[in-house]
Amino acid sequence: MQQATQTLTLTELSGALRTGAVTARTLAEEALSRIRESDLNAVNYLAEQEALRAAEEADRRRAAGEDGPLLGVPVLVKDNICTKDIPTTCSSNMLKNYVPPYDAEVVTRLKEAGAVIVGKTNMDEFAMGSSNETSAFGPVKNPVDPAYVPGGSSGGSAAAVAGGLVPLALGSDTGGSIRQPAALVGAVGVKPTYGRVSRYGLVAFASSLDQIGVFTRSVTDAALALGVIMGYDPKDSTSQNLPLPDFSDLDGGVKGLRVGVADEYFIEGLDPEIEQSVRAAVEVFRAGGAEIKKISMPLSKVGISAYYIIACAEAASNLARYDGVKYGVRAEKFEDLTDLYFRSRTEGFGDEVKRRIMLGNYVLSSGYYDAYYLKALKVRTLIKEEYRRAFAGCDLILSPSSPCTAFKFGEKSADPVSMYLSDVYTVTANIAGLPALSVPCGKSSKGLPIGLHLAAAPFEESRLLRAARYFETAEGFKWITK
Amino acid sequence: MDYEVVIGLEVHAELATKSKIFCGCKNEFGGEPNTHCCPVCSGHPGVLPVLNRQAVEYAVKAGLALNCQIQRFSKFDRKNYFYPDLPKAYQISQFDLPFCKDGFLDVRAGEKTSRVRINRIHLEEDAGKLVHSEWGSGTLVDYNRCGVPLIEIVTEPDMRSPEEALAFLEQLKSILKYSGVSDCKMEQGSLRCDVNLSLRPFGQAEFGVRSEMKNVNSFSAAFRAMNYEIKRQAKLLDEGKPVEQETRRWDDQKGMSFVMRTKEDAHDYRYFPEPDLVPVVLEQDYIESLRASLPELPAARQARYLEEYGLSEYDAGQLVAEKEVSDFFDACAALCPDKKELCNWVLGEVLRKRKEAGEESPVPLRPEGLAALLALYREGRISQKTARDVFETMWTTGEDPAAIVEREGLAQNNDAGELGGLVRELVDQNPQAVKDFLGGNTKAMAFFVGQVMKATKGKANHKLVNELLQKELESRR
Repeated sequence: MQQATQTLTLTELSGALRTGAVTARTLAEEALSRIRESDLNAVNYLAEQEALRAAEEADRRRAAGEDGPLLGVPVLVKDNICTKDIPTTCSSNMLKNYVPPYDAEVVTRLKEAGAVIVGKTNMDEFAMGSSNETSAFGPVKNPVDPAYVPGGSSGGSAAAVAGGLVPLALGSDTGGSIRQPAALVGAVGVKPTYGRVSRYGLVAFASSLDQIGVFTRSVTDAALALGVIMGYDPKDSTSQNLPLPDFSDLDGGVKGLRVGVADEYFIEGLDPEIEQSVRAAVEVFRAGGAEIKKISMPLSKVGISAYYIIACAEAASNLARYDGVKYGVRAEKFEDLTDLYFRSRTEGFGDEVKRRIMLGNYVLSSGYYDAYYLKALKVRTLIKEEYRRAFAGCDLILSPSSPCTAFKFGEKSADPVSMYLSDVYTVTANIAGLPALSVPCGKSSKGLPIGLHLAAAPFEESRLLRAARYFETAEGFKWITK
Repeated sequence: MDYEVVIGLEVHAELATKSKIFCGCKNEFGGEPNTHCCPVCSGHPGVLPVLNRQAVEYAVKAGLALNCQIQRFSKFDRKNYFYPDLPKAYQISQFDLPFCKDGFLDVRAGEKTSRVRINRIHLEEDAGKLVHSEWGSGTLVDYNRCGVPLIEIVTEPDMRSPEEALAFLEQLKSILKYSGVSDCKMEQGSLRCDVNLSLRPFGQAEFGVRSEMKNVNSFSAAFRAMNYEIKRQAKLLDEGKPVEQETRRWDDQKGMSFVMRTKEDAHDYRYFPEPDLVPVVLEQDYIESLRASLPELPAARQARYLEEYGLSEYDAGQLVAEKEVSDFFDACAALCPDKKELCNWVLGEVLRKRKEAGEESPVPLRPEGLAALLALYREGRISQKTARDVFETMWTTGEDPAAIVEREGLAQNNDAGELGGLVRELVDQNPQAVKDFLGGNTKAMAFFVGQVMKATKGKANHKLVNELLQKELESRR
């Protein structure tokens, strides 16, 4: 059974639970043992007792006649999403001892739906990174080939789903942190519209860009999971009180759908094998009756610059609270208050986090604000406007998810700018707050997964997932593992 | 050399909302340390602020009461700095788009009325408090005050003397209390102010270099701090030394101020728009409904007292200074025909008792009670002295004055026959005093009145006794 539950999708597991072919308790035990035996380093904390209790409760609820797509399903949660009484470390030494006194809204929703949280996933420290190499607890390995990075920052969640540990994991996406690793491991990764999923309890990296989303093995699974976590939350002032997307016509195809493709996306630095795959994907859409529209997105090239200014500015402020005073790690020895701050932050944060905090404070400081931060905000407005114009003529925008397939450990970590460019296709969706996803799109000659990126206008998740579902079935979707 | 004093104020007032500005915790002074806290106001990772509607309402009401333009579009910003009482290491405040701008307050100081312009009023959150441990060298933090809503009222440098600044503060406090937006208790820190002060030679158009004084914890401390600062700066200028632009800390016990930080180490707060809150758009109808909900403010009330009741400007000013007193006066005025007499009682007896009971204590009297007491006196049923005694009892017990008079047998003796007999008897018994009176000694009259009052335990009708005595004594001429 273990092997069977490992390869099943969320939809299939849900069905097995419904027919009584398997119990939540069994699924939880199997997931826990797979995680224990796994050498992917995808999980920071295994919530054994909590998971078994939750699984038994799910079985009781089912016995009492309850049903639901996540009832009894084992899930993993990225370690920057707060879980009451379960450590939430952001893969940082700074928070290695932090146990939140409350549940994030998405965690509350998962629990209410009967999902069984089996643990917390490894990630780039404070979600800053594109390879999972900045984690204070060691890098996550790509399940396709352990010599390669899984992408980041939600590398643990991506690897856990692609590597068969669980059928569903939550991630967060600030500039591509769900979609890029999904592409690199060969999973489905969805970032909903900014405001669709409550950020309450998501440890903030860049508040105006952060959004929680899902990793699954199929688009259908993603729809089921999103159905549980999306929705208005009065505790998050930026969450939107709008009707939820209707996923009932997920298999409706793409006939008549206008798919925008921009020349600007096929740029220097894009792996030719990826270009080939993505161009082939365009033909798959055309074959399904979609109308392929040529669009122009000239601002996409400045997206990365604007993104890193806005994200670092917000991060510098969001991470200032880790000062060694209230929670997290405090330096053991210090001279005075300033020294306490200095030493706690020096010891607690890794290099990438420090780099971004310094960048952020620099762009916000008086004398530089107008030249950097204010200018980035203006670029943000222009990018939103560019998307608005594009979506007047098309329903979806198609591009690669990442300019490269998974790379080897250490390959880019010495060069932050080349690492930042991993997010070149994904950041603009965060800047504009759009829903976007990555869906597997074949493999490279080395056998490394390639991701197809689709973005839609705000709150058009239904259209977005329908197109992705068409693609994964048209391609003869297979969950990719080693 | 004499210099012109230029003063601007930054006043922080905590708003009297039920809950804190960004979470549901109680907004209440005191309490065991760290008991009015939750993950949001103590800045836990992952939490988000949700704006308290009542806090916005109070900020706007304060702006309307101070004649401000209310901004239809405003937003919040983060002010970033490290301090242990600020758990997020940033304060959610308003930088370039505050709720209220361009107001004014006409301040009466002595004989002079002058307009003090209000630059802006913005809404922000308060920080916690550091508690220096009694058991060792450690410092503890109490987060109860974190997230208490605060408005900062920034004036233009329009005040020209400490007296004027003090009058501004008193009238501002009065207005904030009238509007119900703050209880303005300086001793609890719900009203605090920073003083910006500079000097310049009379006739000079440019401002001198200013200092900013913090830690001014009472109006009288503010007054002392301003006078100290004037002397300090004048001395520097007289000696030809420059005044430094710096932040100073007032030590009221020592009666001196000390440098906190100079211009060079001024903070760079790296303000930027708060991404966790959406901008606030206020509809004109909403603003107008708040304007309509404002109570009559002290200046309007004072004008009404002058016009309707014919009170003097001074008396009316005294009456309206505190809302509790003025409300009490108004409630009594509806029941008393003689407003001047009522005014004398309120400014005399009521304020005296209230002062004894401690500033800002409530008035325990029912307006009907005081009105009834004044009626008893006016109708001659009790003497003035009795009225004062009954007032004392009423203040403590809250009883009806007629019941006190009845129980203690304090009714005025208006019986001309009985009092006439007493007068004749006393005149007969004191021939020397009669001789003195007839000889033109007015003290003799007072002596007889005193004797009658003594014999009647103060209950004799004073006016009647005077008449009877006059008549009796004249008859002995």
